[in-house]
Parts: sequence; structure tokens; C-alpha cells
Amino acid sequence: MSFREAVESGKFVVTCEVAPPKGVSMEHVKDEAELLRGRVDGINVTDLQAACMRVSSLATCALLKEMGLEPILQMVCRDRNRLALQSELLSAYVLGIRNVLCLTGDHVVLGDHVEARPVFDLDSVSLLQAAQGLVEGQDLAGGELEGAPADLFLGAIVTPGADPVEPQVYKLHNKVRAGARFIQTQAVYDVETFAGFMERVSDVEVPIFPGIVLLKSAGMARYMNANVAGVNVPDGLIKEMAEAGQKDKAAKGEGKKADFKAKTSIDIAGRLIRGLKPRCQGVHIMPLGWGHHVPAVLEAAGL
Amino acid sequence: MIASELKPIDEILGFLGSEERVFVVACDGCSAGCEVSDEEHTAAMVAELEKGGKVVTGMARVDMTCNQGLVALMLMQQMEAVKAAEGIVVAACGVGIQTVAAAVEKPVHPATNSVYAGGFSGLWRSEPRCAECGNCMLDYTGGICPYTACSKSLLYGSCGGPSDGMCEVDPTVECGWMRIYERLAKLGRAERLKDMPPLRNFRNMLPGGERRRTSLWALELVAPEVMEEAEEPR
Repeated sequence: MSFREAVESGKFVVTCEVAPPKGVSMEHVKDEAELLRGRVDGINVTDLQAACMRVSSLATCALLKEMGLEPILQMVCRDRNRLALQSELLSAYVLGIRNVLCLTGDHVVLGDHVEARPVFDLDSVSLLQAAQGLVEGQDLAGGELEGAPADLFLGAIVTPGADPVEPQVYKLHNKVRAGARFIQTQAVYDVETFAGFMERVSDVEVPIFPGIVLLKSAGMARYMNANVAGVNVPDGLIKEMAEAGQKDKAAKGEGKKADFKAKTSIDIAGRLIRGLKPRCQGVHIMPLGWGHHVPAVLEAAGL
Repeated sequence: MIASELKPIDEILGFLGSEERVFVVACDGCSAGCEVSDEEHTAAMVAELEKGGKVVTGMARVDMTCNQGLVALMLMQQMEAVKAAEGIVVAACGVGIQTVAAAVEKPVHPATNSVYAGGFSGLWRSEPRCAECGNCMLDYTGGICPYTACSKSLLYGSCGGPSDGMCEVDPTVECGWMRIYERLAKLGRAERLKDMPPLRNFRNMLPGGERRRTSLWALELVAPEVMEEAEEPR
């Protein structure tokens, strides 16, 4: 079943993200994707995430497609102008890629090439407009296409925990009007906050998949709270991770091998997904290097 | 100096929508020099506004609308007329329009497109800045320029980056789109964010042949010959 069919069937949808490497060793990303075979409905491939230079999302998606997997191409507006973005959408299509997640993208100063020229000729909303135009057979300049990528399946993102959230809500509506058919979100750690957000956007008629970012440590949680916009890890979860970390330390002191942190992280993610399940039509997992734990997370979530 | 052009009257009337009573601010600086906001052209614009069914409650001519103190002074002198207006039409460059917006809690509508500042040296530009984009969006964004206030020059709302209202690029800088949102919310115009204006047209930023024939370009081209002539012995 394609990702689109899964979403449109109304079933509970699971997507997971993989990240291309900096360099040409593709084994790791292929292994991570292979682990997801049969377990998820789509695999997001990030586009120079955090503004760091890497193998492209397009090339990685094409490899996944060759492996018989279902990639979701992420596209940001930081590095290409409207010609290159539209061209890449067509290129993705001819390589068999059907799902595209449109984002604005982090600014270059947050990445590893801080002296680069940021583009932002388009943004998430206008990239969706451009892609929807192509779907309908026309480019942004009004030019007619020789063959339209008619069944591109377009998505966008939202940050439910943004403060204030109203501007996000306005933009979400504009994204849906521009052509988004599915929405993935920034990391969610609190079921009630997410439920409140869902009530607020109950008039949005496309499915919203909350993001699940695996906590790796109490320190990571605190870092995200301090530095990542719209992410709020509740104190209870930070405490659980801190305690797991202490257990790992104690075991190491006794010369034993232990991984309480990973176990706790998997347990937290599983609990979150079970709590979110009645309030949405799927989840989007962002393991951030812990792709090997995703099967365990799905098991913990009862999926 | 920032060169500007008058927007088509229909676009200005479109900005005003159901607002009937307007106050007009016209700059006597750069945009007057561009024959956009000089007395003759301002009078013509006011006549067009009135023809379009608007009541002009008053007008202020400001020597340099980019000067915040001067703008505040001129508006204070006509406080009643400003209060009586629902919105303010500003014929000035983008800097001037934003200066007026910062001074009054009323919707500010640009009458001009700022198109070009190249070739002018010795220019001291302070906040708020104008990108001379050639298609002034200050009506849509509540009098705060999205191209200069947002680190990514986004036109369709904030990215996911701002944290506590500060920009992801520089946490000492306020997120331009949060400022725009707060300003629109204060004016009761946040619903404007449902509009999706047309994409930015970068071609508007290219100085056309017409503009290259202005006296400043001519000076640059002609100056060497003039100098040579001046150096010839009489």
C-alpha cells in the first residue's frame, strides 16, 4: 500500500524519518530503512537537516524506492530558488517518488556552512502552491507541463507547542489551502497539550500526525526545552530519563552492561503513542540516530 | 535617497476596503523628489481617494518621514484628524511608512512601492528598514516589512524557528513575524494572515532602463567627460 493509500484508507499511519549521511557511505541509512520495511507506511528522508551539508534527500529517496520502500521526500526552501525547487519536484516524480513534505528549512547560520547565502525564494506555503500547480499541470510562471506529476502527495508541518500558537494555526490553514494533504508535527511530549491543539484545529480537514522524538537522556530533554522552539518535555519524563541514566551509571560502576536509558526512552515513546492514538490518525517518529530502536518503540506502542 | 513609485489607485483603495475615513501622510523627502508625494501628486492622489468614496480627514506633509520624532510631532499637531480616521495612507518610502506605523496604532496603507536605492552613497539607514522590493507589502503586514524584519524574508508567516518570540538566527533579535502578528492582533486585523499575497517578484528590484536615465545615473556616466572638459585649458 502506498503512503497515500494508507492515509486515505483512514488506518492508523506510522512514518519514520531517516537521515542521509555526510559522505557517500549509504550502508547505515539503508540498514535503518530496511529495519522499517513492513513496519511503517512511509519513510521521511530529511533534506540537509539542521542546515548541514549531506547527501540529498532526493538521491536517498531514489535509493529507498529502488529497495521497494515508500519514501517521503522532504524539501526545504533554504538552498534552492523556485526554478530548482520545481525542477526537483519533477525530477523526484520521474524517479518514482510520490510523497513530498514541504518545509521552509532552518537558516544557514544554524548549520555547518554559516557563510552560505540563504535562498528562501519560496517558503513552505509557496512551495506547496508551486507543487500543487505542477500537480495541476502548470509551473509558477504559468508555463504548461508536458506531462503533469498528477499524483504527487503533498504534506506540510506544524508546531503544536508554539507560543503563541495562533500564527501557526493561520499558517496551517494556508498550507492546507495551498495543497497539503497530510501534516506532520514538531515533537510532542504531552498528550493533553496536543489534544488541546487538535481541538483548536478541528476544522482542518487533513490528518495531523504528531511527531515522536526519542529522548536519549535527561540532558537532551533539557537542551530541547531550552533551545528548540515549541518543544516542551514535561518534568516527569525528564526525571524518568535522569533516573535511568543513574541506573546505567551504577551498572557501569559494577562492571555490568546496561541500557536503562534506551529502555526508558522506548517505554516513554510507546506510552505517548498509545495516549495519542485516540486523538489522531497516525504518528511520525523521529529517532535522531536511534533508528535501531524504532521496532521496539512500535512494539511498546502496540502497533 | 530611496526611489519610489506611486501604487495604482485601485490597489490603494483595495487596501482601504471598508475604511471610509483616512488620514494622509506625504513625505517631502525622497519620494517628493521622485514626483510621488510632492504637493501636486499628493493632491492628485487625494482627489482619487475622494473620487473612490473616501473622506480625507486631514493631511500631514513631513519633511523626512523616516524621522520618527518629526513624524510624531506632525501627527500630534493634527491629533483630531488622525483620531477621526480609520486608517492612514502614507506616500513615502518603505522606511517612512514603517515609521508612521510605529507611531500610530492604526492600520497604515502604503501608497507607494519603494524600488531602488542603488547608486546613493553615504546613506545611513536605521531601523525600520526597507528592502526596496518594488511591491510594498506593508498593508498586509501591519506596517512592518516582512522582507527586512524576518531573517528569512518570509512572506507567508513565521517559520518554526522563533523561541520566546526571538529569532532562530539571532536570539537577540525579535522574530519579525511575531512582531507582525502582535501588531495585526492589536489592530484587530490578524485575520489578514488568511490572505495569501502573490509571490515576491524579484524583477521589481532591477532598475529599469528608464531609471538608469535619471540624473544620478547620467551624472555617473557623464561625469568623466565633464571632468575632462573642465581640465582643458581655456
